[in-house]
Amino acid sequence: MNRNPTRPFLLRRILQAHARALVFTAGKLYRAPGASLLTASVIGITLALPAGLHVLVNNLDGLRYGWESSVQASLFLRSTVSETQGRKLAQSLQLRPDVERVRYISSADGLKEFRQLSGFGDALDLLEHNPLPAVISVQPDSQLDARKAQKLFNELAGLAEVESARLDQAWLERLQAFLQIARRLNQTLALLFGLAVVFAVGNTIRLEIHSRREEIEVMKLLGASNAFVHRPYLYLGLWYGLAGGALAWLLTQVMLWLLAGPVKQLAGLYDSNFVLAGMDPLTGLLLVLAGIGLGILGSAWTVMRHLHAIQPS
Amino acid sequence: MSDIIELQGVYKRYAGGQEALSDLSLSLGKGEMAFLTGHSGAGKSTLLKLIALLERPTRGRIIVNGVNLSRLKPRQIPEYRQGLGLIFQNYNLLYDRTVFDNVALPLVIRGLRHDDIGRRVRAALDTVGLLRKERSQPITLSGGEQQRVAIARSVVCKPHVLLADEPTGNLDPELSLEIMRLFARLNEVGVTTLIATHDIDLINGMNRRIINLEAGRLTDNSPAGVLA
Repeated sequence: MNRNPTRPFLLRRILQAHARALVFTAGKLYRAPGASLLTASVIGITLALPAGLHVLVNNLDGLRYGWESSVQASLFLRSTVSETQGRKLAQSLQLRPDVERVRYISSADGLKEFRQLSGFGDALDLLEHNPLPAVISVQPDSQLDARKAQKLFNELAGLAEVESARLDQAWLERLQAFLQIARRLNQTLALLFGLAVVFAVGNTIRLEIHSRREEIEVMKLLGASNAFVHRPYLYLGLWYGLAGGALAWLLTQVMLWLLAGPVKQLAGLYDSNFVLAGMDPLTGLLLVLAGIGLGILGSAWTVMRHLHAIQPS
Repeated sequence: MSDIIELQGVYKRYAGGQEALSDLSLSLGKGEMAFLTGHSGAGKSTLLKLIALLERPTRGRIIVNGVNLSRLKPRQIPEYRQGLGLIFQNYNLLYDRTVFDNVALPLVIRGLRHDDIGRRVRAALDTVGLLRKERSQPITLSGGEQQRVAIARSVVCKPHVLLADEPTGNLDPELSLEIMRLFARLNEVGVTTLIATHDIDLINGMNRRIINLEAGRLTDNSPAGVLA
């Protein structure tokens, strides 16, 4: 073979070939912006849904952590326990390392509070004596995990002075269970939608390959390797994935921005200053990378199935 | 003169049972130019396809530039083809890019550097007399010009062998003669050339070797200067 002296070294040649394919395909997409944008939109919309759900679930998760610190155990004291004894108990509980804060509410205070908040003041006057027990409200240390918090609660519930105890945690467990379902659902959705992206890109590339059948044959006649022929299509997949991923990021942010107002309003109704968090840059970057990966996967899959079959004759 | 193409007892039978070539043995020397003639269906195209590895022989050996083609694995075919220049009746140009980009394609495939590509493409276009058309779209050129672009593309990589299958099939006699003279000129600078054509009148005046096929067999293998 008459090796060409001007042929650069292998690594340089590989880099050069990739750069050429990258620029060539970018130019091709630029010259047909309508069709390219359409494919990118399909990918973007498909990826935006699981991405948006992911961000929403994460927001709810943050909500859980934010409110965990306000978990309280209410210890209802026996009526035989005097106020002095009750206050003493409260003080001793305050000394425990796993307890953040303790508040003693005497039955009289409880009644006053109930009268103010409930609006049943007049009805309460009809009662001969105060029906409310004294309560010690215990806020566990915020560093405690669920298991230790439960242990603390059991211990407190077993105290002789305590008639009954209640942990305001049930709704959190329900929320957690719900989030578990939402997360699992979203994982399944992400998998399915990812598959949809692979198929969408694959189909677009398949049409592209068929419309360029002649070109592929000519290239193979001129001695183009399979890698040379395949490369532009893989880069086409990369571009579609990149544009689709970026679009998905944008769509997710717009979606969150649209939701932010109503969510703030809802949070306000609960006396919360909760603000819907957007997608953090790392997640956004991962989203774009996922788009690129799926795009390349889709085109590679199609290239494998279709390009080998095209041979010059 | 060492042989650059050598066929030994080559048979080609297509899937339908039709025998395109039977027991064909011939050789082409380095730097030689020969015409492959015969009626359509005589096996001219099949012979070129076997040399270009577009088809595999049913039996027999083909050796090109010292390479036994039956030993080549599919992934070695691209590099082998880079050593050939192939020219077809329908030019096989790519109409979505300029003349320059068409001629540059084999060099891009080989991974040459940008500035080398420019230099060599212009040299090849100069050889076929189309230097001023490098920015044109192929579709705007005449048939003869398009075939010259295809020829420039096939010689830009300095192939061992130029194979042309009915290169003048779509051209009028005047343009055909021009193309054949171009091939002769390339041959004079050392390119081994094998041209399949049924246009006997055109090649009789060229004073070159003529290989005649009939029903897949060699009937005449006259050396240069002897008219068929």
